[in-house]
Amino acid sequence: MSSPTSTPVGSKRSRDDIPVTPSSDGLASPPSQRRRGQDSSNGDLPAMPTSPATDIASPAVHDTSLFSSPRRSGNFLPSEVDMSSPLMYGTPSSRVEGTPRSGVRGTPVRQRPDLGSARKAPQVDLHTELPSADGAVASEQAAGQKLVIWGTDVNVGTCKEKFQRFLQRFIDPTSNEDENAGLDLNEPLYMQKLEEISVIGEPVLNVNCSHVQSFDADLYRQLISYPQEVIPTFDMAVNELFFERFPDSILEHQIQVRPYNALKTRNMRSLNPEDIDQMITISGMVIRTSQLIPEMQEAFFQCQVCAFSTRVEVDRGRIAEPAVCRNCNTTHSLALIHNRSAFSDKQMIKVQESPDDMPAGQTPHTTIVYAHNDLVDKVQPGDRINITGIYRAVPMRENPRQSTVKSVYKTHIDVIHFRKTDEKRLHGLDEDSDQKLFTEERVQTLKELAAKPDVYERLSSALAPSIYEQEDIKKGILLQLFGGTRKDFSQTGRGNFRAEVNILLCGDPGTSKSQLLQYVFNLVPRGQYTSGKGSSAVGLTAYVMKDPETKQLVLQTGALVLSDNGICCIDEFDKMSDSTRSVLHEVMEQQTLSIAKAGIICQLNARTSVLAAANPVESQWNPKKTTIENIQLPHTLLSRFDLIFLMLDPQDEAYDRRLAHHLVALYYQSEEQIEEEFLDMAVLKDYIAYARTYINPRLNEEASQALIEAYVDMRKIGSGRGMVSAYPRQLESLIRLAEAHAKVRFSDKVETVDVEEAKRLHREALKQSATDPRTGFVDISILTTGMSATARKRKEEVAQALKKMIQSRGKTPAMKYQQLFDDLRGQSEAAITKDMFEEALRALADEDYLTVTGKTVRLL
Amino acid sequence: MRMWFVCRFCCPAAQSNSNPEWEAKVLEYFKGQLREKESHSWVPSLNDVPLHYLKPNSLVKFRCLVQDMFDPEFYMGVYETVDPSTKANVLRCGKYKDVTECGVDLNSRNTVTAERQTFYCVPIPGESPWAKEISFLSAARVVPSTSYVPSRQKRSYEEDDDDMDTQPQKQREPHTGGKFGTVNEPHGNGDSKRQETEAPSSQTTAPSDCSSHLDLNFPLPGERGPACLVKVYEGLDSFKLNDTLEIYGILSVNPVLTVLGEEKDPSLLLLNPTESMETPEEQRAHDPPASLVPRLHMLYARPLQHNNPLLPSAPTEDQSAFVSSFLVEMASVRAELLAYLTHVLLGDGLAAEYLLLHLISNVYTRRDVLPLGKFTLNLSGCPLNSYTERLYQIVQQLVPCSYRLSMSLHTMNSMRLVPKKDYVANRLVSGALQLARNTSLFLDETQLEQGQLDSSGVRNITALGNLISWQKVDYDFSYHQMEFPCNINVLVTSEGRSLLPSDCQVPLQPQVTPPNMEEYLTTIHMAQFTSQINKFRVYLSLARTLDYSISDEVTKAVEDDFVDMRKDDPQSVTAEDLHRMLVVARLLSLSLGQTTLSRDGWMRAKHIDMLRRSRTEQQKSLNGNEP
Repeated sequence: MSSPTSTPVGSKRSRDDIPVTPSSDGLASPPSQRRRGQDSSNGDLPAMPTSPATDIASPAVHDTSLFSSPRRSGNFLPSEVDMSSPLMYGTPSSRVEGTPRSGVRGTPVRQRPDLGSARKAPQVDLHTELPSADGAVASEQAAGQKLVIWGTDVNVGTCKEKFQRFLQRFIDPTSNEDENAGLDLNEPLYMQKLEEISVIGEPVLNVNCSHVQSFDADLYRQLISYPQEVIPTFDMAVNELFFERFPDSILEHQIQVRPYNALKTRNMRSLNPEDIDQMITISGMVIRTSQLIPEMQEAFFQCQVCAFSTRVEVDRGRIAEPAVCRNCNTTHSLALIHNRSAFSDKQMIKVQESPDDMPAGQTPHTTIVYAHNDLVDKVQPGDRINITGIYRAVPMRENPRQSTVKSVYKTHIDVIHFRKTDEKRLHGLDEDSDQKLFTEERVQTLKELAAKPDVYERLSSALAPSIYEQEDIKKGILLQLFGGTRKDFSQTGRGNFRAEVNILLCGDPGTSKSQLLQYVFNLVPRGQYTSGKGSSAVGLTAYVMKDPETKQLVLQTGALVLSDNGICCIDEFDKMSDSTRSVLHEVMEQQTLSIAKAGIICQLNARTSVLAAANPVESQWNPKKTTIENIQLPHTLLSRFDLIFLMLDPQDEAYDRRLAHHLVALYYQSEEQIEEEFLDMAVLKDYIAYARTYINPRLNEEASQALIEAYVDMRKIGSGRGMVSAYPRQLESLIRLAEAHAKVRFSDKVETVDVEEAKRLHREALKQSATDPRTGFVDISILTTGMSATARKRKEEVAQALKKMIQSRGKTPAMKYQQLFDDLRGQSEAAITKDMFEEALRALADEDYLTVTGKTVRLL
Repeated sequence: MRMWFVCRFCCPAAQSNSNPEWEAKVLEYFKGQLREKESHSWVPSLNDVPLHYLKPNSLVKFRCLVQDMFDPEFYMGVYETVDPSTKANVLRCGKYKDVTECGVDLNSRNTVTAERQTFYCVPIPGESPWAKEISFLSAARVVPSTSYVPSRQKRSYEEDDDDMDTQPQKQREPHTGGKFGTVNEPHGNGDSKRQETEAPSSQTTAPSDCSSHLDLNFPLPGERGPACLVKVYEGLDSFKLNDTLEIYGILSVNPVLTVLGEEKDPSLLLLNPTESMETPEEQRAHDPPASLVPRLHMLYARPLQHNNPLLPSAPTEDQSAFVSSFLVEMASVRAELLAYLTHVLLGDGLAAEYLLLHLISNVYTRRDVLPLGKFTLNLSGCPLNSYTERLYQIVQQLVPCSYRLSMSLHTMNSMRLVPKKDYVANRLVSGALQLARNTSLFLDETQLEQGQLDSSGVRNITALGNLISWQKVDYDFSYHQMEFPCNINVLVTSEGRSLLPSDCQVPLQPQVTPPNMEEYLTTIHMAQFTSQINKFRVYLSLARTLDYSISDEVTKAVEDDFVDMRKDDPQSVTAEDLHRMLVVARLLSLSLGQTTLSRDGWMRAKHIDMLRRSRTEQQKSLNGNEP
């Protein structure tokens, strides 16, 4: 069984079903170093509380594989073991003998097909010259001897003890994972989790690998390199610890350790042959799941002659059918009894690379993942998940009838742990779920950039460099990209405060609005781009679909939900149908979407910023009209935009010259200059992602004062002329913008400078969009009520004039419409349009003074 | 020479594994050989020579487009075999091969696992017949048909027992087979023949008809030619989807590949569900019979800047010499071509000028999302009745790659333009917009009639609009969309103004009204000599590749000019107009073989743009209420 050689690690490795890869050789090559490290660590160790070796050292139990105990459920007696069969060695550890504690004894072991149950792992002594396996096990306690599992440098005792120490001592005071919610961060984290297990009774312990790494780097390395051997050891350690603490708890089966967040690999694309048999974590999206597959774990054979029965475990996917019945010595008399064989659940899942980590111009890769037992049906197609598992490569089965085989391996991942990355999004617990990892250098460059005094200007000019000037618009969009700080007032009943900044661009066609939208859409990771003309309400929100296969109703999410935590760019906003637009009302203030369709009633999060572009109704912007009149959008919707910019052709010579220069330069700049720009885009992306994830600025005292003043000032401007020039919504906008500006500076405090800039930008936007063309004053009521105060006044005046005129005519019950209009025009000194006339008529009709029927006007 | 090549290749692994460097050296050697001038002429091409004439395991080349990229696969780079008789262990190399030798020792510790990736490659979509023909003729003379006879006999012997897959080849004459591809040929009398062979053969696959079962996934309908699974060993990241490549590699058509896929022991499935994991569709897509979709193990791939066989393909000294010699006659060729196009466009010189500029346009760079250099032309006012079809045929004669999409209501509603990922078969199902760079896409809007577009029709129109405005196609990955940049010259012919966006609209003003349009155009076409047409072809491909710059002085002049124009009437000239005029100026200079913009060139560009604009204005006033 175990090798009698003295240098077993490198030379004779029985990585039985997988050919040795160059990398695993590389890992195993310096065993001396590692051994040294282990020696020293072992020297410091206190005496082990329990030794598995002593428990199974009895030669009667032919168990050389220490950790077969927690993972096999061999039920038969040692006498049944056919020692001559290579298949049988080390298998039949009865759980009763193999586990030391009564609590453990009472709990059935659950097989772990995810770790590959067919694995045999004899141990090898690295020091003694003649280590027969049994002797080695027996003398494990002897000082100076190092038992390791064959093919690895893992010593079971040490490993177990290290892990127990980790469980007992690991404290992570800075933890902010939602899984640890409700735990005391200053107590050993995993002991609390064990307590949780004893209460809840779910025998699964999830272990964050980065915790293991920070606690003991060597243990982490072993876990990553030899997961198949180390995880069962962990299982054993946990169970001992658990039943020591909670001897009375009853679990369905023994606790299984599920490590996650291995730092080894992040990207499916970077998987290579060196990762085979190692523990990896990759992220991706589920695209297909198979039906449940029963996988045979143990075959039950019965002799047709004497009814003697035997069990055979699956080894590397095969059952070795016993040729001879050991009871009656008849050959080929054993038959497989299906319904007494043991099966486990298995499911194939196809995972595709998430679009964010793909290089441009290539197609996404897919990987096959096998889920076992309770992990079956944990994920659905469309889920974005992080998978921790063991990467496997299996050679194509040799066909007995074929002399040659395909020289290709099938690869898959045996999953140990799933973590849905979008789960949090649904619960709305956390800011950004897929935390991008930044290297320290990157963070350093970003911080350097942030420290520059002109970072705001720099970033805004890096935004869409091909679009000329429009500095304020770019600044506005920049702040939109950063967003405000999310505030939760749900405890006081007000729910979430919107942190997203919404922006509307309107202006002449051909002023590169669409280009700006496209740029933003390409810049942000979760951006959506739709056109108002092409999208329907369901396309924006969500629709219910019947899955053709399962006949289940499935909720398909639309652009707004998909851009949760991102930006939804809507082009041709004005062309959108009214019903579609009405959906936006809820999204743009409450940041949720309510759906009641086909029996599904739900509320989805849609915390998206809206960047919309609208063209004026008359194809050219009419400067004599207000914004609302120009784009014909309901004011209820307009007031939900924090900033409304006009993109107009400025038409002055200096501007023209700069524009021409810019455009010509665009057409002849060299490749290198273009390269530089591209670099900027990557930096900009990271900068935004970093700020969104890590910076949560709060208002300081001065800033709050400044905001209050700003708001009061805004109200004052209007009150002088009997107009309201600001509403609480504007104050909220100001706060958001100030917060976003603080984020740009990587500052945790919103200071007066931020408020100043927010004020300036807000004023700029207002100046452009809310100026009353008749008076030249900024009038916020244009946006909030759709009509400027002067316009309203004017309307009243016309109505009164008309009324007066009719009254002066005396008793004429009916009048010609056209004549009345002409009379009014002749009478009034100001020009009166037909629109105005009609409005006046309507106003009078509302007063029940007259009615209009066709071409005649009747008095009432 | 070729035979030597083959022998040399077949046995490098065995002797030389003592030297770990050998792989690199072999590659170096082949690359060195292939760089030599004539190398490409004596390697047979899969495009031209039918598969059954090619010797398995020999070096071949393939001019193709990367249609899909499959997942990377691990293979035995080095493995050990045990000779059953002598019990001797031999190390073997698995690189550049699909199957192993017999008696693999799976537990050997000398096994080295390596990684490679498979690309699904198809011949360049829309390659014009003349381009195919010329490259065929240049290659054909080095194919000594006699040396292939033995291998052909061998193949047909195999065909007998692995049945229908290779049927179509049998009935074909060697000569026509040489020019056209192998598979999608209509079966004709082959059908009855197939039924004969089908009955006795113990095929386990469903007896569905050949054609549906072997969807070779060509982007354009009606395409032919071999598709190929290319195994790539190096530089995986340097290849992109839709790249056009000339691949040199080792052909593998081992029939075992087919058999391995077919034979399924049902009893194995229960114990080892790994194999049942692949759906039949996936199997079909990823492991088609090697006799239909050969495997090609790539040694060396050259990205193609163009697929014009009349031009030297590699940027070598050779080419620069060619370019400088051609530059001299550029202006005269341009004049001839212009005259020719003027005739074709019924005597409209301005439209001909614009068509010429359109034909040499090219997206030469992108500034963030903005593609620069695209020049989509909308020829409005086209006469009806097959004029556009004729026009396309003439364009097709001039450019190496083209496709005419007749925008009838039915095609828009039913055709798949955007490639879509099929997760069941795990492949990218191609669409008509998956085209190689610089392909001329001819959108015939005159075919559009009144009626309703359904949702797929709307999607198709949107896709076309995106293609024109941003030069990108959003491939449909069902859970998300992925954007692939492209570089396609779009020409829209329409009656009125096109419903699609365009960079430039030219209303056609016919000077002549020939009584019989077809006859008129045919006569024009026939009047050109092949040598003349070839000159045009070279001219168009070459003008596109030239470099271009604007001097500071001219920049200044252009700026001044722009400011002046705006001074008079700010509404008349917008930034968009300047964009267009800069593109026109660029193309105009290049069309004359000038690589810098001169003041003259700018004035000319301004002038023709003025002419064009006055024409559209005129059109507008005629139509009255057009926006």
